Amino acid sequence: MSELDQLYQQIILDHAKARKGDGLLEGAPGTQTGESMQHNPVCGDQIRLRVHMEGSIIKDVSWEGDGCSISMASASVLTELASGHEREEFLNVLGEFRELMRSRGTMAGDEEILEDAAAFAGVSKFPARVKCAMLAWVAAEAALLAANS
Amino acid sequence: MTSSATHPNHDDSIQPINDIEASRLRADFPILERTINGSALIYLDSGATSQKPTCVYEAEQQYYETFNAAVHRGAHSLSVEATDIFEQARSTVARFIGAKDNELVWTSNATEALNLITYSFANASAGLGGEAARQFALGPGDEIVVTELEHHANLIPWQELAFRTGATLKYIPVDEHGVLRMELAGEIITERTRILAFTHVSNVLGTITEVPKLVALAATVGALTVLDGCQSVPHLPVDVKALGIDFMAFSGHKMLGPTGIGGLYGRAELLDAMPPFLTGGSMITSVTMEKAEYLPSPMRFEAGTQRIAQAHGLATAVGYLDEVGMNRIEAWEEHLGQRMISGLQSIDGVTLLGPGTGVTRIGTAPFAVQGVHPHDVGQFLDARGIAVRVGHHCAQPLHRALGVNSSTRASTYLYNTTSDIDALLNAVADVRGYFGVSS
Repeated sequence: MSELDQLYQQIILDHAKARKGDGLLEGAPGTQTGESMQHNPVCGDQIRLRVHMEGSIIKDVSWEGDGCSISMASASVLTELASGHEREEFLNVLGEFRELMRSRGTMAGDEEILEDAAAFAGVSKFPARVKCAMLAWVAAEAALLAANS
Repeated sequence: MTSSATHPNHDDSIQPINDIEASRLRADFPILERTINGSALIYLDSGATSQKPTCVYEAEQQYYETFNAAVHRGAHSLSVEATDIFEQARSTVARFIGAKDNELVWTSNATEALNLITYSFANASAGLGGEAARQFALGPGDEIVVTELEHHANLIPWQELAFRTGATLKYIPVDEHGVLRMELAGEIITERTRILAFTHVSNVLGTITEVPKLVALAATVGALTVLDGCQSVPHLPVDVKALGIDFMAFSGHKMLGPTGIGGLYGRAELLDAMPPFLTGGSMITSVTMEKAEYLPSPMRFEAGTQRIAQAHGLATAVGYLDEVGMNRIEAWEEHLGQRMISGLQSIDGVTLLGPGTGVTRIGTAPFAVQGVHPHDVGQFLDARGIAVRVGHHCAQPLHRALGVNSSTRASTYLYNTTSDIDALLNAVADVRGYFGVSS
């Protein structure tokens, strides 16, 4: 597989087209809301990501954004991985994903933990695209902090 | 190559550049022999920065090997020789843009040149520079006019100057094709307009601004004109006196020169009346513990040890451009640009941004591929060795006016060939298929 094909895995292209979590949701009564807006000034990608928490459970993740296939697919994959999960459990996944993104192509990505996000392993070979892949995750981290405060 | 005594481009009988000559010129740019991701490099990002011919960096090396010394100070022979090289470079570059030697101030790039003007005017507005500088003082009620086409470098410094002085910043808008709405310019430029700052060539669209019309409008209200020449000086013959502008900023690295060197042209009587921006050594006549007197332009604006090797490199680049001929470069890039534009327009699902064929522009083409983000387009092209720019190209307001967040931009220079353009067009035609976007 060429490096380009490793970057644009079919899973990524599919998520970029059928985006999970695209469109901001309103929270149910009794949930805490956290939100974060993130920009990548280099390429103009942007995302506004919202979480609703019920105690330590992430009830739902929703977002609106504009950006390349990598950033949009990453937000979609994140939505699947975070929704309905324990906050701490998701933060572990986030840590794993960040480590993968920083690996410069040396890690394969643990599918047990990362599920569809493991397909982003090829992105880590393209330093200019790591920010695209991380955009939604940085937003999620900040939104979780905001919901907690 | 050495600088010729006269502009060879003033001779209309000379042969236009063709693919054979462009291929021959490429040999002067070793980087163009590189392989990128398994393919020969096709460099179509000269709008961001140009590649450099060997003579330019050899000139820098020769300076360090043979002449390196502090300029304008010290009586030793090396310093005298270095000063000669530095001032000869100024002379060469000044002549290239039609200016007098003392009308060219070295800066690190166009951004610094534009900031030099705005900080100097802010200083004048704060009362510095005495009676002579009062003509530059701005305050509430005064207006600065820019255009919606501007690169951030010719926008944000003016925003900051307006914030600092209480002046109002206005702009001439563009239409949905990115064409300046010249019919509104006469209303926007008023008796209160003190400065009219605008780009000569749009860095995104490659379109050429109607400079004479804007200069005439500024003249009727006595406003100073500031031209952003970043995308014109490298690609077109530019004569500041013929254009009738008061100031012009340009960058060396976009015109075959080294990074770290650029210039500010200003009419001598204006530069000599402006308060300095950066202060320190080399720009003074006498200094006491309380105050200092300043040298006239250009040294008043050249505090500290200067970019001597870079100036020599830029003068060498200008010599190279002169030898090829700016009129010929202009014609070649117009040819490449029109081929690129009509080619992009004929690809299904590809939209050219800006006006279509028939509009004079340099070899710059911004485009959108339906259903594929510019960043992905750029990545796909890079896999084939084709280097283009993606993003907002430091012109967010213009992109907003065009209804997009970002775009893909291909831009040429004298070393590009028609086969470069055809490789781009073939690759762009494959983008949607790769990303599975149905046509």
